[in-house]
Parts: sequence; C-alpha cells; structure tokens
Amino acid sequence: MSKSNFTRRGLLRTGAAAGAGLAMPTIFTGAAWSGSHGGFTNAPTGSTVTLGFNVPQSGPYADEGADELRAYMLAVEHLNGEGDGGMLNTFSSKTLDGTGILGKKVEYVTGDTQTKSDAARASARSMIEKDGAIMITGGSSSGVAVAVQGLCQEAGIIFMAGLTHSNDTTGKDRKANGFRHFFNSYMSGAALAPVLAKAYGTDRKAYHLTADYNWGYTTEEAIRAATEAMGWETVNTVKTPLTQTDFSSYIAPVLQSDADVLVLNHYGGNMVNSLTNAVQFGLRDRIVNGKQFEIVVPLYSRLMAKGAGANVKGIFGSTNWHWSLQDEGSKAFVKSFGTKYGFPPSQAAHTCYVQTLLYADAVQRAGSFNPCAVVEALEGFEFDGLGNGPTLYRADDHQCFKDVLVVKGKENPSSEFDLLEIVEITPVEQVTYPPDHPQFAGGDLGTCNPGA
Amino acid sequence: MFGLNRRDTRFLLIVIALTLLTPFILQPFPEGSALAQFNAGYPDLMQRIAIFGIFAIGFNILFGLTGYLSFGHAAFLGVGSYAVVWMYKLLDYNVLPGLVLAIVTSGLFALAIGYLSLRRSGIYFSILTLAFAQMSFNLAYSVLTPITNGETGLQVYTSDPQILLGENEPNVPHLFGLAMNESYKLELGGWVFTFNVGYYFTAVIAILAFYLSLRIFRSPFGMMLRAVKSNQTRLHYTGVNPRPYTLAAFVISGMYAGLAGGLLAAMDPLAGAERMQWTESGAVVIMTILGGAGTLMGPVLGAGFIKYLEKIFSKINENILEGWFAFLPEGMREVVVWVLSRFTGEGWALTLGLMFMLVVIFLPGGLMEGGRRIAALFRRRPETGKDDSAPGGAPAE
Repeated sequence: MSKSNFTRRGLLRTGAAAGAGLAMPTIFTGAAWSGSHGGFTNAPTGSTVTLGFNVPQSGPYADEGADELRAYMLAVEHLNGEGDGGMLNTFSSKTLDGTGILGKKVEYVTGDTQTKSDAARASARSMIEKDGAIMITGGSSSGVAVAVQGLCQEAGIIFMAGLTHSNDTTGKDRKANGFRHFFNSYMSGAALAPVLAKAYGTDRKAYHLTADYNWGYTTEEAIRAATEAMGWETVNTVKTPLTQTDFSSYIAPVLQSDADVLVLNHYGGNMVNSLTNAVQFGLRDRIVNGKQFEIVVPLYSRLMAKGAGANVKGIFGSTNWHWSLQDEGSKAFVKSFGTKYGFPPSQAAHTCYVQTLLYADAVQRAGSFNPCAVVEALEGFEFDGLGNGPTLYRADDHQCFKDVLVVKGKENPSSEFDLLEIVEITPVEQVTYPPDHPQFAGGDLGTCNPGA
Repeated sequence: MFGLNRRDTRFLLIVIALTLLTPFILQPFPEGSALAQFNAGYPDLMQRIAIFGIFAIGFNILFGLTGYLSFGHAAFLGVGSYAVVWMYKLLDYNVLPGLVLAIVTSGLFALAIGYLSLRRSGIYFSILTLAFAQMSFNLAYSVLTPITNGETGLQVYTSDPQILLGENEPNVPHLFGLAMNESYKLELGGWVFTFNVGYYFTAVIAILAFYLSLRIFRSPFGMMLRAVKSNQTRLHYTGVNPRPYTLAAFVISGMYAGLAGGLLAAMDPLAGAERMQWTESGAVVIMTILGGAGTLMGPVLGAGFIKYLEKIFSKINENILEGWFAFLPEGMREVVVWVLSRFTGEGWALTLGLMFMLVVIFLPGGLMEGGRRIAALFRRRPETGKDDSAPGGAPAE
C-alpha cells in the first residue's frame, strides 16, 4: 500500500537541509526584546510617549469598555494640557503640569480584549511589539486583568489594571509590574456585612447564586466569610454558567429552601438577568421565617442598575466610586466628563482615568519611564483628591486602600443616571486586611522587570 | 529532492523562501510613513500566522482530503496549550517536552473523539465533533478548574515545582536557553525589520508540517482519503473499510491542531479555555475554505489573511479614519468615517464576513482559485481544469 523511496543521497540531502533550518534561529542569539535603547522595553526616544488602552470593545462588557475608553481619552487630553484639567487640579501630587509626561506628548493606541484572556494578551502584545506602548491599562474582567498583568510582567511593561474586582488580581496572581486602583471582593464583603446586619438583622439564612468563574468564586468566598462572621447562615451556594441568560431554573429552588436572603454574585448582563428573574418570581414579596425576603448584589455598577431598571430599587450592593460623590476631585471629574460626553462617568471610567493619572504622576516623580523606577514611585504612595479620599498604594501587594461605598437602588430616581444612592461610606480601616490574609494567600510579587 | 518530484520540490522551496522572508514581506512600508499602519511584521502576528497556518494545514488533511467537516478542532488546540503550560509548571520553561506531550495528548484525544464521531458522516459527524468540543470547553472553563485554572487561564507561578529549572535559566519559554521572545531589529533606511526567535522556531516547524502534509497528499494513503471523499459507498462495495483511513486522518489532523496549540503556549506561556470555544473551530473552517480547501497552500493563505484582518484592520479606529479623510468637507467626512468605521476597528469581522461570502459565491475554490484565474488570464490560454489530486500533477496550489 505504501511506496518507499528512501535513498542514501536523498537522506543526506534532507538531513543537511533540516540541520541548516534548525541552526537558523541561533544566528539571532543575544539581542533581546525589541532591541530598544535605554535599558528597558520600549523606552520612548522621540517627543511622544505611547500608552496602550486595552478595553473590551465587543462581548458582554462592551458598554463598560466604551466608557473606559472615553475616560482614557479625557485623561490624555488633560495630561497634554487640553480641556479643563479635570482631577489634575485636585490631585494632591502637583508634578503634572499639562505638558504631557516628562515633557513628552501623550499618544495612545487602543485594542479590543473581547473579554477573553487570549485575545486580550494578543492585543496587548501587538501594542507592545508593534506600537511601542510603554504602559498597558484597561479591561473589565478579572480573568483578562490577570492574564494581561502576567504578560506585562514578562515583557517589562507597567500594567495599570482597569475594572477588576477578584481578590486574585492582587492576591494569588499579584505581579510586581501590575497595579490595581479598583477595590476587591474582600473589601465588598467587609463593607457590606455590617450594613446588611443593621438593615436585615443577624439571624439570616443566605442562598448564593455565583457566576461560575474566578471572580464569582472569590466574591462568594468573601461575602460568605463576612456575613457568617456577623451570624448569618449560608444555606446553599449554586454556580451558574457565565453564558446563562435565563435564571428561572436557578431561582425556583430558592423558593423551596428556607433561605430569606438571596446573594447574586453576578456582574454585568448576568446580574441584570438574574435579578429580573428573581423579581419576576416574586421573591421580594415573600415572607420567610417571619422575615421579609431580601436580595443583595455585592458588586454594583450604574450601567447594571440601568439594565435592571426598577428591579434594583432598595437592593444593597457596593461600588468603588459613584458620580454623585461631593468631594472636589469627583466634582471636577464629573464636570469635565459631562462637558465632553454629555452624561456622568461610570465607576469603570473613574478607575481608568485615575490609573492613567497615577501612572503619569509616578513617571514624573521618578523622572524616568523605567518600569522599576515607576514601581518604586508607586509603592507606598499616599495621595488624595482623586475621588476616593486619602488613598494608599500598598507596597506589599500593589492594591489601593481607600473608603468603600455601600449603595442602594434608589426608590425615586430623578434621571436615568440617578439610580443609586450612597448608604454608607465605609472607612478604609474597616476594609484593610493583612497582605497574607487567607483569601489572598499564595501570591508572590516577584521583582520588577524592566524588560530589555 | 526530499522524495518529491521536481515540481513539488520547487514548490516546497518557494514555500520555504516565503516563510523565511516573512519579516520582510509583511513589512513593506517604511516606519513613520502613513502606510506603516498596514505593516504586520511584528513577532506576535508573524508567529500567529505560522501557528494558525499549521492548524489549517492539519485541518485540511481531514477536511480537504476526506471531506469530513469537523467543528471541534479547537478542542485539540486547547489540549495542546494546556499540555505545554503544564510542562512549564512541572519541569521548566524548555518548550520541547511540552510540544511532544501536546502532540501525544491531542492525538489520544483525537483518537477517542474520532472513534466515536466517525461512526456517522456528513452533518451528524459535524454536530458530534461540535458537541465534544463544546463539552471540552465547558469542562475546561469550570469543572476542571484545578487542572485548567478556569476562566483565568493556566499560567506559571513562582511557587510551581519546575524541577528541572536551572540556576541561570531564562524564566520565559525557550529552546535550550534560546528565549522565544528575543528579537533582533534590523534598520535599513526607513525600514525596521524584526527577526524573532519564536517566529523562526514556529516557521521551521511550519515548514516541516507543510512538508509532511505534502507527502501525505502525494501518498497512496492520501489517494485513499480522496477516494473516501469522492464516493464512500463505492469503497464499501469494493470491500474496503474506510474507517481506519478516516480515523487516521482525524488523528493526524488532531495532532497538527495540538502542535499548533502547543506552539501558541510556547510563544506566550498562558492557556485559556477560550481557545477551545466553537468560534475557534469555526475560524479554522473559514481559513481553510477562504484559502481553498483541498489545496496545499490555500489554508496557510487563509490563516494569514484572517489573522492580518483581525490584528491590523481591528486597529483602525475612528481617530485614524478621521486623519485619513481630513481633506473632505466636514459633513461628507463624517458620513464616510461613519460608514467605514462599521467595517474597521471592532467591525473587522463584518469585513471578514463579506469577504467570505464573496469568495464562497464567486470563487468556490478559495483564494487559490482566484490566483489561478489571474495566472490563467496572463498565460492567455484556456484553463484545462487540471485537478491537483493526480500525484505529480501541477502543484497549482
């Protein structure tokens, strides 16, 4: 059935060709990442510096990605001295003067993460390799944040995380080149639990529906730990697929159980659908164990509240920032964002804007774009005036520590943006944890990597 | 040479030359010029084109020769990636053990899935493979989180055993110390050419993979597979059992996919579950059909074409379009930019869809047929419609 035509000469020729092919790559030994100048990857040489904005432009978090991009463009404008300056005027560090970063005009490239770690890494790599980006920022999912953070660590680029709430980003998966301004699951739990205990009592039975991925797990763990410490009992926890759009089959068993609180560890479209289903099933009108049935959403965003409409009324949750805050920084940011785009910014937009400013300021203070100098400038950096009150970038895990907002769906919203009201501003002391807390254990920052 | 006839040898040499010169071919415009936007000669994209080329070449052995349309090849891609990252975690960052394991495990997976799926043909086969792949994806995404690290994706931590890790070993993927992410930049006039170790590593493997597929196409085994495609019932009547042949083709193409997945992880040490999603299986089908199913070169062209669109077209955002059409009057510019921005940036998939429809309707043989028609125009003689299935026939691919 088969024809063999091996000859001595043929074999020799094939061998020689294969050998030459294998030896080929060794010619290039010695040169490193992009052979750049200045001792670190993509050191800017001209009169401009390029930042990479890697946000979801398609997929389930495209709305948030679009808002992040608006915030980035605003930040670039302010850094280059255009517009009204926004939070540059309220920021406690005064090194940024509207002349770009270290006198270099800020330019940017954008990419689509598609909310997939693979696509996000490919997009970040092309920004680093093709466009010469010196810093990558953005994203609206913890999976993506962790993946891109890992890539930046290997490439010797600074990563300023966008919206990522999982404990792992600055816990198990923390990296020396990565920084997170956004709060995390643990902080949500620590801030929410006392408010819940005050509003609903300490002898509640909770039923968790959890999105079946990394962020869902850490949020469930954090909320469980915090509420159980208050005396609550966890009746059941059920994982739901991320792609689920109809949650009826998950809500029905809640009616059979003796739970009197439903915790929805869902985000984005998941939360909008599960909350809507829960309300349709009449959960909020139920009386169990002589108590009113309640629903809790650990991580809230205005975009989600908008999607869920009237169903969010009276439901508790936590958020990183809200546009109705009345400090000078928030007011300045809402004003310049509103002037440019005609509506108030989301919390995703806020964290992305702030991260860009923090990076620019760190470079300015360090006097160099070298990632290691930037890491040194950001570690242990204390600042104020960026909307969250006094904040610390902790050196041990590169997590920001600041006040956390507990919010509630507004009963009588006055506009389509005025959907949440702030119930309590939980002080930073209450949400601070040691770097080796069990929910964050197993991580290792490593050392900063400047690349080339 | 290499057990090929003259025309095939020449064809192979052309492919080798094209592959090795890719850093020049994909970088036609000088740095800083307006057209530099369309340059694609950076390591990530070149590596991807070579890797998805391998993926499509393997897929073509199954689809192009036997006509069995598998919608589940992404599963093997994912298995290959996980195998390589696990080898990083357990042994060290040398890519070779991982690649071997990737080929072996994906081969075993393909054997199991193929054994079950090949009991049916046509649409039932496609649906079965799709079901298996989707099952693998869901398992990787949630149930098997301890092995796959779920949605976050599997990556290497400093706390991993890495028992072979030497003192001065680079902590990025490497081949006996030669790091995959090392590049050498050649500046010639205004042009900057990037020669990347990882790219040349994948390129050499791609050439070997191409050579192997060329031999399979020209072998009696390949002939048998074509017989399965043209008339399976007749094979049955003549007393030949086609199952072993189709299963062999399925396993071989599964191993190609595993190798491609392994290489993805060799270039970038992360394995995500999305790699197993049906969209990835669909992508390789589109690559093969766009380039020309059943031809040798077509799938590679299709892979390059799609990856180029995905990476370069998707970068053209509204700001860049505004820059291009700055010369138009205000109102007109807005209209032009609005229309074009539907097809660029995040709308790149729309462009791809349109291209795919045009190719399927007007060039059923894919881009290869387009090339052949253009060549025929210049030769000024009627196309004889020669089929490349004849061994030693025109390597029109």
